[in-house]
Amino acid sequence: MEKQVRKAKVKGAWLFLGAMLLAYGVTALIDFSVARQSLHMFGKVFIQLLPVLVFVFVLLVLVNLTLTPDRIRKYVGKASGLKGWLLALVGGVFSSGPVYTWYILLAELKQQGMKASLIAVFLYSRAVKLPLLPLLVHYFGLQYTIILSLYLLCFSILSGIITGALLGENKSSE
Amino acid sequence: MSNGQLFSGIDRTLRMLFNVLPIVVGMLLLISLAINLFPMKALFNWFGQRAFVDVLAGASLGSIAAGNPMASYLLGGELLAGGVSLIAVTALIVSWVTVGLIQLPAEMLLLGKRFAIVRNITCYVLAIAVAFLTVCTLQLFG
Repeated sequence: MEKQVRKAKVKGAWLFLGAMLLAYGVTALIDFSVARQSLHMFGKVFIQLLPVLVFVFVLLVLVNLTLTPDRIRKYVGKASGLKGWLLALVGGVFSSGPVYTWYILLAELKQQGMKASLIAVFLYSRAVKLPLLPLLVHYFGLQYTIILSLYLLCFSILSGIITGALLGENKSSE
Repeated sequence: MSNGQLFSGIDRTLRMLFNVLPIVVGMLLLISLAINLFPMKALFNWFGQRAFVDVLAGASLGSIAAGNPMASYLLGGELLAGGVSLIAVTALIVSWVTVGLIQLPAEMLLLGKRFAIVRNITCYVLAIAVAFLTVCTLQLFG
């Protein structure tokens, strides 16, 4: 059963890529310059993305080598407690690069027992962008930046609680 | 750790990366196309309605936008200078980084359809709440 789900996911991934290539083909027929500009941008961003992908790859290898499903369940699983919430919060704040590169790691951790609510916390706390804080201060002021960042941290936890509750996470653990 | 364990770990990771590579490449293609098809300046027309509608417009625009969050600060700064409320601009900045309609296909494929939909709807509502609370708190202290 699990193998079939995995196969369907892989098939879905290739279908998604095929749909995107088709969209480019249609765009090129309608307006070739838009398709060309988009492809140019894709190439540029892909090269910028490579170091992040390598970083995620190294993290994945480390996860596969050092973290057994039992350990993952202990740190970010159903019985992880406050430690799990803090780990997800801090991990999200310090993670960098596009969010979809992190989906890969989170999908692997989820498969090994990470709680959905903690995945939601991780994804929300990424909103606090440490390297971009000076720019936020420049545009909106220090007071605004501090208040917004504190709310974002608090709401990361809230988003995890709400997502977990809506997915019936607590019910399934009983 | 034995060499066998190391190679098996690397092999497992490589197989997994091969499976998700079409999603990452597809996402990049989608984002690049969306940015070129919908130039940011056209989005200014979304604003200038009633205050609450502007907040919804800010959160919605942030939800469908993709790219570096730096762009949301620049756009937010310009919108603010153009007379759009700080609450609407904050909703835009927050939903830009917490909600991802363009990333939704990838999130659904990798983390599950139900999780992705529930999380994104929750984050959309929370973006509006954070915007209101941030500006109210700022007014309280300012």
